[in-house]
Amino acid sequence: MSINPDLQGRSYPAAEVYDVGREKIREFAQAVKATNPAHFDVDAAKALGHADLVAPPTFAIIVAQRADAQLIQDPESGIDFSRVVHADQRFTHHRPIVAGDRLVAELHVDGVRPMGGGAMITTRAEILALADDGSRAKVATTTSSLLVRGEGQ
Amino acid sequence: MSPNITELSVGQDIGSRTIEVTRQDLVKYAGASGDFNPIHWNEAFATSVGLPGVIAHGMFTMGSAVQLVSDWAGDPAAVVDYQTRFSKPVPVADTTGTPDAGTQIEVSGTVGALDTEAGTARIDLTAIAGGVKVLMKAQAVVRLS
Repeated sequence: MSINPDLQGRSYPAAEVYDVGREKIREFAQAVKATNPAHFDVDAAKALGHADLVAPPTFAIIVAQRADAQLIQDPESGIDFSRVVHADQRFTHHRPIVAGDRLVAELHVDGVRPMGGGAMITTRAEILALADDGSRAKVATTTSSLLVRGEGQ
Repeated sequence: MSPNITELSVGQDIGSRTIEVTRQDLVKYAGASGDFNPIHWNEAFATSVGLPGVIAHGMFTMGSAVQLVSDWAGDPAAVVDYQTRFSKPVPVADTTGTPDAGTQIEVSGTVGALDTEAGTARIDLTAIAGGVKVLMKAQAVVRLS
């Protein structure tokens, strides 16, 4: 099956809410071998001016990859997950992610470029925090390029 | 204490470190991130899709490499922008039951650019595993007070 070229320009609206928990921040920080106390100790995070534990710079990938999964699992996309290679990644933080944030992600397919028998797909997740009054504030923008290898690649 | 931008110069070293990686680290990263692609933990699956063996998540390498910058900046939230290209896979040998790492990633950083008006420094990272550069154009923009 080949990649559907009509994916370009497609968007997936914000679906499930991701609740950022302290233990998840600690677990993710340990997993990337981070040792800064602001990831582990609330007082240390507050001393730096943060409301709660601060997420590591790449934590937003959790939310971004959940958003990407909507595309990869879309039967219309033609993407075989076992042939996906992560080609590049960018995070732009509009404000730090802290424990207690309630995040949603809007996914945009910015590019679909045929490569050999496969394709390079560029996705952008706009990550927003939900406030108690229902408003949304920009938290981070992540951009991923996924190389879907063709047969024999 | 965070570095003072007026005391930095382009080309300056911010330091280096060695990240030891085991198969267990990849399992931990899979669980923490939710990325359970079997190429990062199942040897038979990885070789069946043409890889040399189990490889690290690109996001493990990206996420652990930036710790040098977080620690240098003093506040992890100072990293306002971070990007990289994953140029080569990072194979991680199975050293289960031994004290050895499955591979080592050598990370170093230099000041690549300074924007005194915005109060930001761009740190260019180099990450080498098995003698090859595994990240390309790895750049972290840090906001300094």
